[in-house]
Amino acid sequence: MTTTMIFAGSGGQGIQFSGKQMAKTGMYMDKNVTFLPSYGPEMRGGTSNCTVIVSDEEIGSPSVSNPDLLIAMNLPSFDKFEPAVKAGGTIFCDSTLIDKKSAREDIKAVYIPATGLANENGLAGFANVIILGKILKETCIFDYEAFTNFLVSSIPATKAALIEKNKKALELGYNY
Amino acid sequence: MAKKVLMKGNEAIAEAAIASGCLHFFGYPITPQTEISEYMAKRMPKVGGLCLQAESEVAAINMLMGAAATGSRAMTSSSSPGIALKSEGISYIAGCDLPCLIVNVQRGGPGLGGIQPSQSDYYQATRGVGHGDLRLIVLAPSSVQEMASLTAEAFDLADIYRMPAMLLADGALGQMMEPVDFEAFPKRETPEKTWATNGMHGKRAKNIVNSLYIDPNVLENTVRERYERYALLEENEVKYEEYMTDDADIVLVAFGITARICKSAITELREAGIKVGLLRPITLWPFPKKVLGELADKTKAFLSVEMSMGQMVDDVKLAVNGKKPVHFFGRTGGVIPSVEEVVSETKKLAETL
Repeated sequence: MTTTMIFAGSGGQGIQFSGKQMAKTGMYMDKNVTFLPSYGPEMRGGTSNCTVIVSDEEIGSPSVSNPDLLIAMNLPSFDKFEPAVKAGGTIFCDSTLIDKKSAREDIKAVYIPATGLANENGLAGFANVIILGKILKETCIFDYEAFTNFLVSSIPATKAALIEKNKKALELGYNY
Repeated sequence: MAKKVLMKGNEAIAEAAIASGCLHFFGYPITPQTEISEYMAKRMPKVGGLCLQAESEVAAINMLMGAAATGSRAMTSSSSPGIALKSEGISYIAGCDLPCLIVNVQRGGPGLGGIQPSQSDYYQATRGVGHGDLRLIVLAPSSVQEMASLTAEAFDLADIYRMPAMLLADGALGQMMEPVDFEAFPKRETPEKTWATNGMHGKRAKNIVNSLYIDPNVLENTVRERYERYALLEENEVKYEEYMTDDADIVLVAFGITARICKSAITELREAGIKVGLLRPITLWPFPKKVLGELADKTKAFLSVEMSMGQMVDDVKLAVNGKKPVHFFGRTGGVIPSVEEVVSETKKLAETL
């Protein structure tokens, strides 16, 4: 099985973090993975995106024209990538920031007010992790427990305060 | 089980270099390869090595020449326009017979060009990297794992054949992350560097590292001796990957990141009943001429796929030597060809067969 994903949003929203976390979890699960970031001016703010592939087979091209999953965290990203999602695919939208619905009937659209939820729960900056929780709920890409454990284990001891916040954010998204 | 780490291609080059005993790094920042310098700056002091950010690319390549002359494993890295600046130094290094590694993480050109991935320095790497009769060993990785393993291999080959080696990557390979296993590649036996200018200690005659020969006959002899080593390299060190070529009517020829796009295209084309394979040169010099010549007897046509306006296609044509038609498809300027484009170009070609 192969799952292709595009994470897209604004610089600073944790787009690259989310993508890397997906790729890392895939690697720990002994799958083939690639993580292809956008680089250049995006790294200094503006729009940011990355492509992640998790597969049981050898991965050819690391870039993807039609992803299975799209995670859109701002309107320009939604407008740019929503038409490209593969038929039968799923999009995850931060509905706090994207005041628009998908008109496509051949894909599943999941709307979650991640930024709003984050702010209400003292988790500002964790909207991306809330969406990760929702992805785990809606797709069968990774086991929730295993994903949480890998995420926690990748947090260095000096940043132990982040462990609870990440766990809480994942849970919020998963149960939304 | 060996432990895999998720790393950027650029970081994998740096870590593999250190693991291979590289103790000197000289660089000057340029996108998309700056992570190599960054990683070296962090790690080199911890292993007793030196990472020096030079005042320019020209300074860095000449520092590399000095370090290599002492017999130390040393390297520099840059991206396309930066490599052009290093050109004079690279020629001097070749003329001095100094083993070292030069990394080019290519971006679009000509001129300052852009910062997105490209393969348009193929001519530069295999033909015009410096003035004079000279060759570089040119290795083209196509995964983050190979960014690491071919860095190690490049150092070994450079030492064995006593000449500079180039790792020719691109911005996509430099920036993308994949799992790497640093225990998965073998180390080769390399000769003792009896020529190194590392101090006589009163025990031997002095060594001289030099590329200036006023007497044309003497210069001709040094060049001929060097070309004998090049010939050995061509005989013994050609590396390539063949993928589904056995029954292929069309053989795609691609290196680096483009080869991976071709593999994805081949999966789709095979599903559509079109027999396509891939020949992926891993050494761009020496180029895998022989295997292409043999494939020309079995297949019906070739399609060279590149991120340029068509450079490697010249070498494919030379190797195929008119036996079968050789076509070209490419995107340039930092545009990565899509799988769909390669599928559609190959289908068009298949209809003409």
